[in-house]
Amino acid sequence: MTSTVAEPIVVARGIHKHFGHLHVLKGVDLEVVERELVFVIGPSGSGKSTLLRCLNRLEEPNSGSITVAGIDMLSPRTDINHARQHIGMVFQSFNLYPHMTALGNVTLALRKVVGKSRAEADKLAHAALERVGLADRAGHRPAELSGGQQQRVAIARAIALEPRVMLFDEPTSALDPELVGSVLAVMRSLRESGMTMIVVSHEMGFARAAADRVVFMDNGLIVEQGPPAQIFEQPAHERTRAFIGQIRQH
Amino acid sequence: MEEIVQSFFNAEIARAAMPIVLAGLLNTVLLSLLVVPLGVIGGLILALLAQVKSPAVRWPLMGWVDFFRAFPPLVLLILLFAGLPFAGLELGGFACVAIAFFLNTGAYYGEILRAGIESIPRGQVEAARSTGLSGMQTMTWVVLPQAVRNVLPDLLSNTLEVVKLTSLGSVVAVPELLFQARQAQSVTYNPTPIVMAAVIYFLILWPVVRLLSRLENRALAGRG
Ligand SMILES: Nc1ncnc2c1ncn2[C@@H]1O[C@H](COP(=O)(O)OP(=O)(O)OP(=O)(O)O)[C@@H](O)[C@H]1O
Ligand SMILES: [Mg+2]
Repeated sequence: MTSTVAEPIVVARGIHKHFGHLHVLKGVDLEVVERELVFVIGPSGSGKSTLLRCLNRLEEPNSGSITVAGIDMLSPRTDINHARQHIGMVFQSFNLYPHMTALGNVTLALRKVVGKSRAEADKLAHAALERVGLADRAGHRPAELSGGQQQRVAIARAIALEPRVMLFDEPTSALDPELVGSVLAVMRSLRESGMTMIVVSHEMGFARAAADRVVFMDNGLIVEQGPPAQIFEQPAHERTRAFIGQIRQH
Repeated sequence: MEEIVQSFFNAEIARAAMPIVLAGLLNTVLLSLLVVPLGVIGGLILALLAQVKSPAVRWPLMGWVDFFRAFPPLVLLILLFAGLPFAGLELGGFACVAIAFFLNTGAYYGEILRAGIESIPRGQVEAARSTGLSGMQTMTWVVLPQAVRNVLPDLLSNTLEVVKLTSLGSVVAVPELLFQARQAQSVTYNPTPIVMAAVIYFLILWPVVRLLSRLENRALAGRG
């Protein structure tokens, strides 16, 4: 494995997004190569979530281009539901389906989107729940699970579809501090298995240990990016320095 | 006293009128089995259309729902029954009732289902879409099952009203319970058949009313 140039799997160029008069993304370029873990940080309202949501077209960018795993995400000819199978997403508020068991949450897309039989879907879902350490909770409803367990079910729901990229939008922000570790552990094991990941989060310790690259966003633009050590210890921009200093205090 | 029993609770007349009244009950049941699903389907169509945010859909839809909620169902029914023949369309009383209920109760079911759909957090829809489910699949498997459960008391309460309203069919000669009871009354010159109809309505609707209060109490307890 010497110096093979990894293929970019996510290529976003010149992304602009407006909400009415609000110009939220002002020309963002982002490339992520296979097996890379990219961390996105930035002040509240800087457009981190919006950028992530543009990548799987939960938000429609006003201009720019996005390619994920070779699929032109913004082309009207792209079957967006098919394309989204390749892009897993995990949300701050878990967003599990409360009327279904953990197993049901994971099997739904396997059955309805991929077209697996119930037996096949159950098998794949059990495997995914196993990977997040919840094999014994398959029959539980979300209301019967802790926040950390719910978030791990949400991760299982996404990885069961074998996505090429995983997007995480503040996956631990809604969790009690003592539950954060279990979710980060699952993310770390995902990373070790070679999953390409884009993570919006303020978990600096995790970024330092696991991220290949940290991207700092402010006011709808990427201000600077680089290896965690560089961004955290020697940021080039004053705004980055101010932001890092701020979150250190907490 | 004797006189009251003779005219309202006359056993002999009740026995004679029983087959006529029971035939009416059968038709009321059949009519309900027709108009309740029709209303629910009409309502579902309206509630789904309400999710389309385009003004080209939104405004006509709002006009439609408001119009049919404000329009008295009896007037609507008579208009269809007496008016359509002038447009060269001769529909029977049964068909007119079906159409009127589709329009009127559909608008009510539609508002209830819309409220149910809108009670489901947007995040669940986004999560479902992010796994590749289409908008329709998300509606079918994620949103509607929860939405219906959230508004079950309202749906049931509306259904109760709809079943009661089937008695409107009597004005366009649909031989449902009330119509049959009135037939029997006019033959026997005695109001006992009407009392029979009232008792039958009560007997079939009372369990629904009980169920409804239990659901409502449970909803209250769940909220508190
Ligand atoms: N659907 C929307 N409609 C209108 N404005 C929106 C919408 N979504 C986001 N915004 C606005 O866009 C801006 C960027 O929001 P975004 O959620 O991307 O920020 P963020 O960097 O993720 O912030 P946070 O750290 O608070 O999550 C904010 O000003 C927000 O209010
Ligand atoms: Mg955000």
